[in-house]
Amino acid sequence: MSALLRATGVGKRFGGLSALGEVSFSIPQGAIYGLIGPNGAGKTTFFNLLTGIYTPDEGGFEFDGAPLPGAPHAVCARGIARTFQNIRLFASMTALENVMVGRHVRTRAGLFSAIFRPGSERAEERAIRARALELLDFVGIAHRAQEVSRHLSYGDQRRLEVARALATEPRLLALDEPAAGMNSTETAALGVLLQKIRAKGVTILLIEHDVKLVMGLCDRVAVLEYGRLIAEGPPEQVQHDPRVIEAYLGAEAGA
Amino acid sequence: MKLRPLLFGLALVAVLALPFLTDLALGRSWVRLLDFALLYAMLALGLNIVVGYAGLLDLGYVAFYAVGAYLYAMLASPHIGMHLPLWVLLPGGALLAAAFGALLGAPTLGLRGDYLAIVTMGFGEIIRIFLRNLNVTNGPAGIDLIDPIQLGNFSFSATHRLFGLVIPGIYNYYFLFLGLTVLIVLMSRRLEGSRIGRAWAAIREDEIAARAMGLNTKNLKLLAFAMGATFGGISGVLFAGFQGFVSPESFTMNESVMILCMVVLGGMGHLNGVLLGAILLAILPEAFRPLAQLQQQTFGEVYLDPASLRMLLFAVALIAVMILRPEGLWPSPVRKRELHASEEDNASTPDADPAPGGAA
Amino acid sequence: MDIFLQQVINGLVQGSIYALVALGYTMVYGIIELVNFAHGEVVMVGALVSLSVIERLVSRGYTGWPLIVISVLVAIPTCIALGLGIERVAYRPLRRAPRLAPLISAIGVSIALQQIAALIWGRNYLHYPDILPKTQYLIGGAVISQVQVVILLSAAVLMAALWVLVQRTRLGRAMRATAQNPAVAGLMGVDVNRIIATTFVVGSALAAVAGTLIGAYYQVGNHTMGFLLGLKAFTAAVLGGIGSLGGAMAGGLLLGVIENLGAGYMGKLTDGAVGSNYSDVFAFLMLVLVLIFRPSGLLGERGVEKV
Repeated sequence: MSALLRATGVGKRFGGLSALGEVSFSIPQGAIYGLIGPNGAGKTTFFNLLTGIYTPDEGGFEFDGAPLPGAPHAVCARGIARTFQNIRLFASMTALENVMVGRHVRTRAGLFSAIFRPGSERAEERAIRARALELLDFVGIAHRAQEVSRHLSYGDQRRLEVARALATEPRLLALDEPAAGMNSTETAALGVLLQKIRAKGVTILLIEHDVKLVMGLCDRVAVLEYGRLIAEGPPEQVQHDPRVIEAYLGAEAGA
Repeated sequence: MKLRPLLFGLALVAVLALPFLTDLALGRSWVRLLDFALLYAMLALGLNIVVGYAGLLDLGYVAFYAVGAYLYAMLASPHIGMHLPLWVLLPGGALLAAAFGALLGAPTLGLRGDYLAIVTMGFGEIIRIFLRNLNVTNGPAGIDLIDPIQLGNFSFSATHRLFGLVIPGIYNYYFLFLGLTVLIVLMSRRLEGSRIGRAWAAIREDEIAARAMGLNTKNLKLLAFAMGATFGGISGVLFAGFQGFVSPESFTMNESVMILCMVVLGGMGHLNGVLLGAILLAILPEAFRPLAQLQQQTFGEVYLDPASLRMLLFAVALIAVMILRPEGLWPSPVRKRELHASEEDNASTPDADPAPGGAA
Repeated sequence: MDIFLQQVINGLVQGSIYALVALGYTMVYGIIELVNFAHGEVVMVGALVSLSVIERLVSRGYTGWPLIVISVLVAIPTCIALGLGIERVAYRPLRRAPRLAPLISAIGVSIALQQIAALIWGRNYLHYPDILPKTQYLIGGAVISQVQVVILLSAAVLMAALWVLVQRTRLGRAMRATAQNPAVAGLMGVDVNRIIATTFVVGSALAAVAGTLIGAYYQVGNHTMGFLLGLKAFTAAVLGGIGSLGGAMAGGLLLGVIENLGAGYMGKLTDGAVGSNYSDVFAFLMLVLVLIFRPSGLLGERGVEKV
């Protein structure tokens, strides 16, 4: 399998402090790839660099053989969509509208077709709506389509964020702690959903605290500690790496 | 089932008959007031795109009105001896205002909301200072003897007869402005429900999430800015032709605040609300006019200047609406949800309150 | 006469007034992240109140600096009450509302104060009586008047006092903690509401002094004088890095000097085409350029958005 995303020597400093340094790894096409590490290890910083919200001070990314653009919207257009650790939905819009916004980057209608509404615009709007409903159904919250997203349950909000991200037709779906705040049943259901998404051909990058979920789901795992990559490989191998046990799993076991 | 078209028909008749009835009941000066109310409605609808749809606070909106007005005033008056027709100047004013909008927006729309508000305020003042000091705009005296609006051989300021009805100029303008207002309402409504309108709403709610979902927020904001400016420019052209005279004093910061007040009072992002706000605030000041006479009669002197009272009322309305009813008098359902979000959050997470103990 | 030195002196005097006003903006912004649009109007009220006091007392034979001191002692409590009232009525209820709401409310307060002032003092320009000595001192080919010296000195003393208050007292520590993180400061037992109110008190007192000094300096005022002044002081605050006290002081002085040098030389450079009529345009232009190119100020670091 070829690499879909290649991070080369990525580094970021905040006011002289190095938040992330020399992080290099590749995510194979079609994988579910885990990024783990203790709190403050730089996982979310990595996400923000990847999705263009921050600019790396060193290194960079190659996506599907070409360097990634800098602006977040351009990154999304290239095929990387994300969710947020603390959910960032368009809170006052309905679930359906949220997903319809996700279709923006793959549709065309501009100012003039909005005003004059030619047939092409109406067809496009119909397609946007249909695709959005389809995606809500895919993540299992079609019955909530008309609900204001702020009123959805926590688990449903996470699912909605996934549906909104999928609406942009990503080749790489980057999920920032999607299981945070979920109970074990919801987490299990999330695992099933992620498998379903992968089966559609979407590669997944997963930041997760829930080690069990990561180990059970991911094909490969990268471990960050203090902004440095300390291990990378298949879960069973990483799981037995003494540095990882010390830095992360050990601390967890001791707690 | 047949109620809707019936109601629509009645409303249409009422709106068409309004100038005749107003003239009969209140006199001609009130018809003129109606004309101004419609001009303000167009302005408010334009600002609504910027503030209501895209969520950007523009405090210098009147600058675009000025651009349209001065374009018409300079190119359709004896001022430099040119008399270009409306069909050139109306699109011209719209385009020029849009260009100014883009010019101002391009470098500033990346700024955070409160900085943008100040920059737009500064821009509004800059335009006014230039109008007051340049020779081509005839400085503080302004431009006089502007051509009335004319389409082909039809002059809007002349009295016409139609089916035995006498239609004075002031009525003609009413119908012209009414038609254009309806057009702008329709355009706004379509924009609101379109792919672009959805993107504006998303930016308004969470800009970072919007960018991560592939929205080019800068271009979309620029589009809102230019679109709002366009309507401002159109209103300006009409204003110059209608009034026959423009001067820098018509385009002060207070004017911007008044238009903002129309949008906010009626209901940001809601067309019916904005129309209501515009008409209410355009007509309300008339209520203050008798106040001066009353004071003169009672005290022999005007203690409370009606112009100040009027502006004071607008300002207090802005504060009161934000505190008591941020969704405005006639809110849109979405906006109501947005503006009351923090209350719901309060209810669910009381520990997030910044002042524990509550000893205020 | 040394024109350059003269413009620098005039600039420093004007700049020290900007700095006093800029401190009010920067303190409020530092704590509640709100541009208090009405702050310029508080300065205006300070100026007009002190003018009214001066006019009353001049007819009773008072004159000179003692009169200014009396007038500022009236202006300060007036402005403090005003500042507290504004915070309580127009800002506090909106502290958790969407960002647009307090901004719109602030604009409302600003316009409301202008109109109330117009109702009280009328719409015309008011002229101050000549009560101060016209003494002038010569330094290195330039002239500095006694009024200018007093302005520079009082601004310096007030800024030093503020510095001590913020850096050396318990109250100051609570203020700094609240600016860092209101929620955490609240959990640590800081009464956040009281700290915010204190910020308005300090800012408004400085505004009262600034207003009185402006009146004494330019000897003219009206209900709109706060608008431009507020805008320039805000520019100064941004120039120095908004939220930073030292920045506001430095930014104020810098803006004053740039503006005076600009006004002094602009006409000459452009052969009179762009004269002093455009000095306000110049100030706005500065603001726009600073906001676009250095939104975190000349001294500040580029901020990182929280995600």
